[in-house]
Amino acid sequence: MRREAPQKIGDYAPLFFPAMMLIVFFVVPFATMIAVSFFQRQQGGFYVPAFVLSNYERFISWFFANVLGFSLMLAVVVAICCVVLALPFTYLLTRMKRKVQIVWLVALLSVLSLSEVIIGFAWSTLFSRTAGITNLLVMAGIMSEAKALLPSFGAVLTGMVYQAFPYTVLVLYPALVRLDPTLTEAARTLGASPVRAFFTVVVPALRNTIVATLIMVFIFALGSYLLPQLLGRPQHWTLSVLITDQAIYQSNMPFAAAMAVFLVLVTLGLVALTVLAGRKGEAA
Amino acid sequence: MTGMFNRLYFFLIGLFMALPMIVVAGVSVNEKQTLAFPPKGFSLSWYGEIFLNPEWRNALFASVTLAVLSAALAVAIALPLSWFLWRRVAPWANIFQLIGIAPFTLPPVITALGLLTFWATTGFYGQPWTAVISHAIFFVTLPLVTLSLGFTAIDRSLVEAAATMGADDRTIFRTVVLPLILPYMVSGYAFAFVLSLNEYIVAYMTVGFVMETLPIKIFNALRYGYTPTMASVTILFVATAAVIFSLVARFGDLPKLLGAMASEDK
Repeated sequence: MRREAPQKIGDYAPLFFPAMMLIVFFVVPFATMIAVSFFQRQQGGFYVPAFVLSNYERFISWFFANVLGFSLMLAVVVAICCVVLALPFTYLLTRMKRKVQIVWLVALLSVLSLSEVIIGFAWSTLFSRTAGITNLLVMAGIMSEAKALLPSFGAVLTGMVYQAFPYTVLVLYPALVRLDPTLTEAARTLGASPVRAFFTVVVPALRNTIVATLIMVFIFALGSYLLPQLLGRPQHWTLSVLITDQAIYQSNMPFAAAMAVFLVLVTLGLVALTVLAGRKGEAA
Repeated sequence: MTGMFNRLYFFLIGLFMALPMIVVAGVSVNEKQTLAFPPKGFSLSWYGEIFLNPEWRNALFASVTLAVLSAALAVAIALPLSWFLWRRVAPWANIFQLIGIAPFTLPPVITALGLLTFWATTGFYGQPWTAVISHAIFFVTLPLVTLSLGFTAIDRSLVEAAATMGADDRTIFRTVVLPLILPYMVSGYAFAFVLSLNEYIVAYMTVGFVMETLPIKIFNALRYGYTPTMASVTILFVATAAVIFSLVARFGDLPKLLGAMASEDK
């Protein structure tokens, strides 16, 4: 049966339920959020329909500039750490036996599916004084006394790299699976060491994939809403944490919505960049 | 030399991924209510606590119910949509594919906040079923991607043969298409199920004030001090995810599934 254009109105019937669900429960809520971002906040956590820009005006402050700057910086550092760690890993993984690959993929998917609450709890335990990693170092005689390693920037960064690493591997995986193995073979035949072949052949061949992956992981890291709160100090809070905080604890929905709209714009701009990078990759 | 180096590199990455779980597993078998590692004494009572303590049991029940229902709804949304896109030439309908992928690509806080304002505006805020719909929309991406992949894998000549023999759309769907895409449907369901089980922010913003799912329960418990039950729940969750993904790998083609998932994502 060839694909054909819908002939009569009945042919559209299967589209009805999914389209309705997606419009009513995604497009409409999205629009509601945009609308609320222009609403006027009232005392006591309520808001009334209005058209004010005051929620957006609050962006023009040192505090907000700091949060934004820190969020972007943190996401960039996480993205770079993840890609640096994951690129050679994924490359070697795709050259392994299928069975070994599947074991690793199952393990990575299991970590990726973990709730941020659970990751935050696990790392706060690992960095705690009573049950933390320092106890092992004390037992090994490297340290004299166990101590807490959090809250700190290092703890936030470690937790977020932990969360984003499996994602990075899974984003890189398809591109690396499809990479032509004869490329490295040629380099090896001509006398390059495996490490040299990796850096001079694999990395340049994947330049666009790497750029796209960096952006994807960056967006992923921007979305982290709990780890900075659980593992860091208030100055380590990101835009996502601030949105959650404003919406739930400060009950300032209009301001939370305005920040969310801003975050969407940042993300969409980056997605557009990714698509552009991908297009270039196809053309090259 | 390189072999040794590679093994060390894989060992370190494996250790990094496993370390938090090893410590949490250690904490979960503490005999007393302390958060100590290495554990003091050995007891599995904190695993029993998940099922015996009514608060944790209710949270577990809420989470499993939510995951079962929302994953089913996500598949129910994704199946007709991906079937339509496969069967018909209707380029404009691709917009729905895009909308279906958006919630998963955007930072989760955005979807959560959108749904919160929506349920608050419509007056249904806090109803348990709103969480089911919210999760179904949030995770519809997963069955949508696996099913689109399943449909592209169908050999069209099979369908054509059935049509030549006089089968109509309905019969073809039941006898040819459905058996072929069933593995993709099951894996899409499995992915949505596991992620819904673990999801915090959307559940919290939609029903967090009236009911507790397990991640919400863990977070609330975290704020009032530690209990080893959190550790045992964590291990239970990791084990569940590992078992489900192993089953997907056992009965499906996991590398292929992931190979296409990520490229669709971009």
